[in-house]
Amino acid sequence: MKFDTPATTNPIDRGRVIGIPHDRIDGAAKVTGTAPYAYERHDAAPNAAYGWIVGSAIAKGRINAMDLRAAEAAPGVLGIVTHQNAGALGKGNMNTAPLLGGPQIEHYEQAVALVIADTLENARDAAQLVRIDYAVEQGRFDLAAERDRAVRPQDGFGGPADTQAGDFDAGFAKAAVKIDQRYTTPDQSHAMLEPHATTAAWNGDQLTLWTANQMIAWSVGEMAKTLQIPKENIRFVSPYIGGGFGAKLFLRADALLAALGARLAGRPVKVAIARPQIPNNTTHRPATIQRIRLGADKHGVIDAIAHEVWSGDLPGGGAETAAQQTRLLYRGANRLTTHRLAMLDLPEGNAMRAPGEAVGLLALEVAMDELAEACGIDPVELRIRNDVQYDPEAGPQRPFSSRKLVECLRQGAERFGWSHRNPKPGQVRDGRWLVGMGVASAFRNNLVMKSGARIGVDGKGHVIVETDMTDIGTGSYTIIAQTAAEMLGVPLEAVTVRLGDSRFPASAGSGGQWGANSATAGVYAAAMALRAKLAEKAGFPADQALFEDGLVRLGNQSQPIGTLAGGEGLWAEDSIDFGDLAERYAQATFGAHFCEVGVDIDTAEVRVRRMGGAFAAGRILNPKSARSQVIGAMTMGVGAALMEELSVDTRFGFFVNHDMAEYLVPVHADIPQQDVLFIDELDDKSSPMKAKGVGELGICGAGAAVANAIYNATGIRLRDYPLTIDKILAASVGDRSA
Amino acid sequence: MRPFTYSRAASVEEAAKTAATTPGARFIAGGTNLLDLMKLQIETPAHLIDVNHLGLDRIEPTAEGGLKIGALVRNTDLAADKTVRRDYAVLSRALLAGASGQLRNKATTGGNLLQRTRCPYFYDTRMPCNKRRPGSGCGALKGVSRSLAILGTSEACIAQHPSDMAVALRLLDAQVDTASADGSRRSIPIADFHLLPGDTPHIENALKPGELITSVTLPRPLGGTHVYRKVRDRASYAFALVSVAAVFAKDGQTRFAFGGIATKPWRTPAADAAASSGAAAVAEAALSDARPTVHNAFKQRLTARTLASLYRQKGA
Repeated sequence: MKFDTPATTNPIDRGRVIGIPHDRIDGAAKVTGTAPYAYERHDAAPNAAYGWIVGSAIAKGRINAMDLRAAEAAPGVLGIVTHQNAGALGKGNMNTAPLLGGPQIEHYEQAVALVIADTLENARDAAQLVRIDYAVEQGRFDLAAERDRAVRPQDGFGGPADTQAGDFDAGFAKAAVKIDQRYTTPDQSHAMLEPHATTAAWNGDQLTLWTANQMIAWSVGEMAKTLQIPKENIRFVSPYIGGGFGAKLFLRADALLAALGARLAGRPVKVAIARPQIPNNTTHRPATIQRIRLGADKHGVIDAIAHEVWSGDLPGGGAETAAQQTRLLYRGANRLTTHRLAMLDLPEGNAMRAPGEAVGLLALEVAMDELAEACGIDPVELRIRNDVQYDPEAGPQRPFSSRKLVECLRQGAERFGWSHRNPKPGQVRDGRWLVGMGVASAFRNNLVMKSGARIGVDGKGHVIVETDMTDIGTGSYTIIAQTAAEMLGVPLEAVTVRLGDSRFPASAGSGGQWGANSATAGVYAAAMALRAKLAEKAGFPADQALFEDGLVRLGNQSQPIGTLAGGEGLWAEDSIDFGDLAERYAQATFGAHFCEVGVDIDTAEVRVRRMGGAFAAGRILNPKSARSQVIGAMTMGVGAALMEELSVDTRFGFFVNHDMAEYLVPVHADIPQQDVLFIDELDDKSSPMKAKGVGELGICGAGAAVANAIYNATGIRLRDYPLTIDKILAASVGDRSA
Repeated sequence: MRPFTYSRAASVEEAAKTAATTPGARFIAGGTNLLDLMKLQIETPAHLIDVNHLGLDRIEPTAEGGLKIGALVRNTDLAADKTVRRDYAVLSRALLAGASGQLRNKATTGGNLLQRTRCPYFYDTRMPCNKRRPGSGCGALKGVSRSLAILGTSEACIAQHPSDMAVALRLLDAQVDTASADGSRRSIPIADFHLLPGDTPHIENALKPGELITSVTLPRPLGGTHVYRKVRDRASYAFALVSVAAVFAKDGQTRFAFGGIATKPWRTPAADAAASSGAAAVAEAALSDARPTVHNAFKQRLTARTLASLYRQKGA
């Protein structure tokens, strides 16, 4: 199904199942331990051996020699995969460094061997016996030091590296009020609960991987390219995934090494990347240095806006597109965004939840707070004044498909009690706490991706949906079941959803918050095809037939869909293929974050006291799981604001705090009441579902609201994340109070 | 994890004797630290002696009016004990500031005293670390050292002692009671139990090979107001950047102990002597020998601020 004109009224608009809060249909299996994850597929791949990854001890250089004798002689060892025996390997398009390193070493903890043994303990033990002689080369590990050598990267996922409109320099020069500030964000780790994990088995030349992967079709292609075998010989099975946040978008070392290990050992092999290996072996969100300039009139109306971003990656890698939102969020005739990429020999950077905006808004939304103060305007009002209903780079001929930022700001402020905020910083005390409130806009692009599904009805009227879409804890199973139920007029309980298998039609996958809208639209397309088949069997015109209560109905005639499907069942397959509506209309999701913090007057400990947000993201398919997505993302925003940082040792070139004891993310005690309001919105240009993404919107701006609340509480403006105690103390004047 | 043998000791004497006569033997109690370290091969014991079944899990009054805490008393039980809550509240508060509920259910009094550092260079076996591999150098001294010690350090090691419980025990002048293979018993003042790193950071305490902690004895209650203030990067389940244990005693005999900033649970008489002069004076006295790095110099100011918070708390 081609989607190239705005949606009109369609069966989804009935809203009997879609748009209603539902528990996740896979929830019972998950909480009872009966949903098997990749590392537990004893049922599918019995007698699997265990692989343990040996990571490089250096960040850059070469392996002179590997001595495997002691490891090979260790108890239970079945074999060791290295670059010397792995055969010729290609490299996927989406991993920057080879997933099996050697002799060249490109980053610390890059996999250089897989030790396979009969037990996990034997494999892990023998891995310590692998002796490697390295020739160390000098690497580049310090973004700030490499910044001046940064170059313009290739245009990537986030659009062109540089954009401009009008004449920024001239506009900024004549602005009555100017903000010109630098901000930094650190490297961050996804820290999802389930590590990267794969069980692999070969049957002749056929490879099956039970794995944890967000993007099945991408990764089949990447595996085929890496192993240099046909895609048709590879099956990925990934029905349950314990979190991803972008960490599992790509083929990673667990999957490749499990495949190579199973080939070497002649039996199934399973590999998990151990927690302390994850930050340096896999991908992370890259650190950024950002400069923002805002030029406004004395009423705060922006005329000139510039956002320049520097990040680093391995040679061949990509930039963190942190200026993305600045192209679209606020008005201003004179505009400039740039991204520059420095070459670093740290582990490779890549997408983490809301790549671009998540860190871009940590800077932009603090700059807006600074502009509001400079103009003496309430920061909510400032944002409203700078709203723009069209793409400000392209002009009014490219309107937004839907944009309710102002409604989010107004209704969110009302619900939060924003009017009680004292605009003067450092004035509100509650016991030992200095109390402040902050606001930030939320913005995340709405991306759409081609997505396919097949859908069938059996003789009893039970509906089955199959697609390689994944559920990374987001609730995909449930919204897909809701979509099928709505389209075919059956209750949710009459739908079975099967996901994450490359034998199913290729979907959009889970990434970039495009999954929910795109994948359900693919199910919509397949369901429309099935409705046509059912109507035809019933002898009804497809465009007049009604599907409800398990029946297809025309006037007072009806037939059960199960009867029409017959004993054989009836199937249809289609995909949604998006036309140029995303070019003709700017498409994005919007929101407003509000946060109240307390800052200890002595110790500068920061505690978030309340968070609230209002969000407009098209039709909310399942308000219950959508809310879970948003509060989870707000929590991640608190982490980014207050504690998350991979600390770089610039001598050895690695992330030092590479376990969950030292890489801190928020715990329950850090997260208070979180209020979420969804603003009513249907976006007919986004998809037939009239939905947009919501899985990443909640992190976008959340951390900036925390930072702005800290400023309101203390009068201390911090621009280097995370905003830890040491930085607040360093910025505080005198020894009397924070 | 290296393969190891395991035995369950039936008596204190047997445990100590087995430990003294079995090369590479270690005691295991809750295992909350040792097992993690074994998985990383930072600890590679050849033999584990399980001391969980020795009946060392009682809390009893002493003839001197103090309290004897069995080495196997779990952190959860110790923190909840009525006598501890009433007479040694700083200990209960310190315990509850540490780890998580699940870990406290397993972790023991004796084991916690032997908890090893959280220095990240100690935890990565490819990095130099004099504590893990004597003579290999210190990765932290010129590395990422934000969490590490500013007091009691040496050129060889700046690893911080991570325990909360031990800070309270140091404040209370606890004695560590032990049994040795030859049947002898002794009590080690906690001040002498943990050692400064010096040139030998791998030697962390005064225990002799095979010597088993059987109990910790607290002297008579001090009375006064007991406070434990732990400052960290998140609200719970994180190691201290700075912690201060204090007893504000009625007779003016106020005392302080410090965690998160030193290579061992830290006390200094000068800090106690400055108590009546206020938080700033206490901080100055406590930190006069501080040798911070660029990364952890903030701990000096944070210590002063934490003391200020403590005084404020006491005043309120």
